[in-house]
Amino acid sequence: MFKMTPNVLRNLFFPKATRRYPLEVRAPFENVRGALMNDIEKCTFCSACALKCPSQCIAVDKKAATWSYDPFACVFCGICVEICPAESLHQKPEYRLPVAQRESILLKGEPGQKIEKSS
Amino acid sequence: MLKTVIPFGPQHPVLPEPLHLKLTVEDEVITEAIPALGFVHRGLEMLANIRDFKQMTQVVERVCGICSMIHAMCYCQGIEAIMGIEVPRRATFLRTIWSELNRMHSHLLWLGLFADSFGFESLFMQLWKIREKVLDLNEATAGNRIIVSVNVIGGVRRDLAPEQISWMLAELAEVEQEINRLGSTLLTDYTVKKRTAGKGVITKDKAFELGLAGPTLRASGVCQDMRMLGYAAFDQLDFEPVVETGGDCYARSKVRFREVLQSIDLIRQALSRIDQSEIRTKVKGRPQGETVCRVEQPRGELFYYIKADGTKNLERLRIRTPTFANIPALLSILPGMWLSDVPVAVLSIDPCISCTER
Amino acid sequence: MRDEVISVDPDNLVGAVAKIKVEGYRFVTLSCMQGDENMVVVLYHFDKDLVLKHLRVSVPADRALPSITPVYFAAFLVENEIQDLFGLRFSGLAVDYERTLYLEGDVKVTPFCRYTVAKMNADKAKMLSASADLPGTGGS
Repeated sequence: MFKMTPNVLRNLFFPKATRRYPLEVRAPFENVRGALMNDIEKCTFCSACALKCPSQCIAVDKKAATWSYDPFACVFCGICVEICPAESLHQKPEYRLPVAQRESILLKGEPGQKIEKSS
Repeated sequence: MLKTVIPFGPQHPVLPEPLHLKLTVEDEVITEAIPALGFVHRGLEMLANIRDFKQMTQVVERVCGICSMIHAMCYCQGIEAIMGIEVPRRATFLRTIWSELNRMHSHLLWLGLFADSFGFESLFMQLWKIREKVLDLNEATAGNRIIVSVNVIGGVRRDLAPEQISWMLAELAEVEQEINRLGSTLLTDYTVKKRTAGKGVITKDKAFELGLAGPTLRASGVCQDMRMLGYAAFDQLDFEPVVETGGDCYARSKVRFREVLQSIDLIRQALSRIDQSEIRTKVKGRPQGETVCRVEQPRGELFYYIKADGTKNLERLRIRTPTFANIPALLSILPGMWLSDVPVAVLSIDPCISCTER
Repeated sequence: MRDEVISVDPDNLVGAVAKIKVEGYRFVTLSCMQGDENMVVVLYHFDKDLVLKHLRVSVPADRALPSITPVYFAAFLVENEIQDLFGLRFSGLAVDYERTLYLEGDVKVTPFCRYTVAKMNADKAKMLSASADLPGTGGS
């Protein structure tokens, strides 16, 4: 009996294990797969991300030069970032913040862009 | 005597997931228990006909949140066996490390829920506090906290830097210390023993006959662990399965507690023996043939049957999860128990219903 | 598959499974899949000391397969699952959910059956299109 008491007493002399979250935010780890971003200036609308996405949350229209993305269907696996030939997709280490309403992201770029060859 | 039928679940404070049990009760003693499933059936096996075989890696990860990494590992090993792909040694070690981290956080989650099932709330919180550290290890090394998405057919997607390895070792030492501190409460406390010891006994023969899997089987004294097959890098690590002979709820919790410590040991071994090599091989072509792949999940033996016909979609993907094998145990242990012991007994098999129904 | 696969006739199934039990094998699971034409293929998996053994049974989809629950009681859950998802019936099930393990009672389709379009000759196509015009017989 009373096997838990030493633990309880120990916890009195240690700082809190929890954080007051919205007021106090922990710095994210490096290379965490957070919010997905697209640099629309670099995007060539090749549709590789839309084809490979396991949850099919990306739709690309090459003619209209639009890239649309449903963050609520996204599973943040990072496959699209890995295969993007133009390297326009990247993931921030911060997670997306919760929102009250479902939203989707639509980005419009210039049609006919080519992959810039960096020398 | 009057018979009453009491529905247990699908929504019940003790259940993390929707399992329904129809309990026939005489006075306070259960005479019959019939499980009912189908609350979270999603038909993921059928998705293999729609998504291509590479995308399925991400789909099978989502069969279940808690065992996600090991699902993907099993699937990739199956496809690699069909296609004859040799995975680089470093990738197999990395898979081993992440799968053991997965086992640790799953067992800590279960130990916490189990403490909660007999009303020991502070133990539950302490265990989940430790689990948080393991999730941080996942997040920092793999990129995500629970569904880590590190597996890919032909290897892994993330590598460990040398400074990450030393940081992991330091964190693991801390985790081990904290777990050991709670060990005496979990294993020797009077109230805990009173609620778990001698409850829901499954004998060795019965466990074998019912085809149980994982810690539920090992707690009954059967030495059976899929890690003995030596998949991934387990053939290079010193590994002895954890076996208890009690067969009751106490023995099942003891097996899982000891497995957490064993996982820490296995991760340490893997980190010290990891080779320097590539982490990923290129995959060309499409799979053709059939295979069976088995790995050890936190809950027991995970079984994949994969049949591919040379197209980009698989012909059949069959997933048998450990909880599916462990549900018949409930039918065997519940009759004769007190109604108040049902939550402890149900949790003692570690039911993972979204795994079961897929 | 690297392990031993034995083809068994549906009539000899229970006997073969009983023999495997005597040999000391642990029941693992059943896998069901669509075979050629109207056939359903069921694989029975057993394990002994980490070595698997499989039985392969082919059966027409409209014929009931004998249940192995008298030998291995644990098979009742997976046999019920196959009844739900593939529509294959098992006779002599220890606990029969009557296709309500996953599905609701009023569901009549079998979700995991793959419907393939078979080539049909001109006469049959004409006959079918004629019958589809009649009220109340559509969707045969």
